[in-house]
Amino acid sequence: MNAKGTVFQYGDNVDTDVIIPARYLNTSDPGELAAHCMEDIDKDFVRKVKKGDIIVARKNFGCGSSREHAPIAIKAAGVSCVIAETFARIFYRNAINIGLPIIECPEASRGIQAGDEVEIDFDTGIIRDITRGTSFQGQAFPEFMQKIIASEGLINYINNQ
Amino acid sequence: MGMTMTQKILARAAGLEKVEAGQLIEADLDLVLGNDITSPVAIKEMDKFKKSGVFDKDKIALVPDHFVPNKDIKSAEHCKCVREFARKNEITNYFEVGQMGIEHALLPEKGLTVAGDVIIGADSHTCTYGALGAFSTGVGSTDMAAGMATGKAWFKVPSAIRFCLTGKPSRWVSGKDVILHIIGMIGVDGALYQSMEFTGDGIAHLTMDDRFTIANMAIEAGGKNGIFPVDETAKQYMEEHSRRPYRIYEADPDAVYEAEYTIDLSALRPTVAFPHLPENTHTIDEIAGMEPIAIDQVVIGSCTNGRLEDLRTAAEVLKGRHVAEGMRCIVIPATQAIYLQAMEEGLLKTFIQAGAVVSTPTCGPCLGGYMGILAEGERCVSTTNRNFVGRMGHVTSEIYLASPAVAAASAVMGVLCGPESLA
Repeated sequence: MNAKGTVFQYGDNVDTDVIIPARYLNTSDPGELAAHCMEDIDKDFVRKVKKGDIIVARKNFGCGSSREHAPIAIKAAGVSCVIAETFARIFYRNAINIGLPIIECPEASRGIQAGDEVEIDFDTGIIRDITRGTSFQGQAFPEFMQKIIASEGLINYINNQ
Repeated sequence: MGMTMTQKILARAAGLEKVEAGQLIEADLDLVLGNDITSPVAIKEMDKFKKSGVFDKDKIALVPDHFVPNKDIKSAEHCKCVREFARKNEITNYFEVGQMGIEHALLPEKGLTVAGDVIIGADSHTCTYGALGAFSTGVGSTDMAAGMATGKAWFKVPSAIRFCLTGKPSRWVSGKDVILHIIGMIGVDGALYQSMEFTGDGIAHLTMDDRFTIANMAIEAGGKNGIFPVDETAKQYMEEHSRRPYRIYEADPDAVYEAEYTIDLSALRPTVAFPHLPENTHTIDEIAGMEPIAIDQVVIGSCTNGRLEDLRTAAEVLKGRHVAEGMRCIVIPATQAIYLQAMEEGLLKTFIQAGAVVSTPTCGPCLGGYMGILAEGERCVSTTNRNFVGRMGHVTSEIYLASPAVAAASAVMGVLCGPESLA
């Protein structure tokens, strides 16, 4: 499985309140949530994002509230992968459980710039920055989590057991 | 190599003699929790299971508390979805408006969380129950759905940081000041993926309400859980509130910790987290040396600080005083029982005479839902748990996180200050 797209770059501690503000949590519709994704830190995100695009952030991405609406909004906005130095643990679980690909890679987090074209090979964990001609080795998931991702989420994984 | 307190609880729930940090386990759950925002997503996911129904109708708690009493039509639909699911599945612990409270204050009060339990909740502040010696942690809606259907959840066994608390806190220093001090020290990802295990003789000087506040904010340091040893104070609380048997676990003497900190509680000062991260802390003494910070609104409540002692402290500060001109001071008792007790003690009268408003239990303003949203550029001193950009309203509004004592004093003076500043 591969992902390829243009990079939106963010800093440390992007919290789930800015990914999807609580004023929109009176709905759980993915399309409605996606329409407000990132709006409190990047008003242009929703207008600019294209299917397949990639978010690259620094440490502790997705901290704060446990709202699964955050990875749902990112996925429904068309984002194919989030790369970060580290993820907050609830966001990490939620992303795996709903089938939003994420990769921890401090080097890629620092080496990739906004607007770069980036390609990710999920089987090998290799992240290639096509614009800069650089590549990075992302951390592979433990086998158990790979199975959840391959089943396209936790519920299917449990159903298949 | 010994196990931490958290690891021992997880080993028991996974049916294993021993677990170690990094190990992936499947654990039996004693309670699965959801609220009116996270449960509708979980209920939708439940439909995808081959197996129908819930694993145990007594081990699920559904608490509509975020946008209730319903703030708008869409929220009302969410609450209706949760209510109908609860009826259909005969969920024992569904709490309707009138019985409900803010989930993390309500469940211990109702005796649903006791020492030794493994609890997941689709709310990040589920870590609160560590105050009673339970392993409890926040998850998302899909984990909640899987938990409701199977009674199990997967965990990566966490490593731990040990916080040894010594000494006795001084008069205006509360659990909130302890946890803000710790978050200021280690940062908002200082305990990422880890347990925060509290030990030391200073714990004897912390009330249950202090401990709930401290464990509640473990997530604000990135922690998987925060946990306290089970002492006489915790046992007394559980015996007063619960008929369920509790299980006491203690860390092995040779348990391994990634880091250890000793904190002298007697040296702490009232502490405030400035916008826009809980780690941006300043003591009240540092604040006294700054240009005055004018405040528009004060919120006293939430799963962090809406308990009886919090209200008593706020009332002690507000008694015989009045909030500053132009100040909006909003007091929200966390549960109906707390509300009633506060009424009987005359605390509500004190608040109203001081010019504050008192609301029915709700998470409302803490997450910018309703009941106290901030306009452009407004500043709020809040006893809640997060001061992220736009958390309580407009993206340019500012939140200062503080204890009930500091919040009440700031309401009186109209500027950020501690109770010692009051004449």
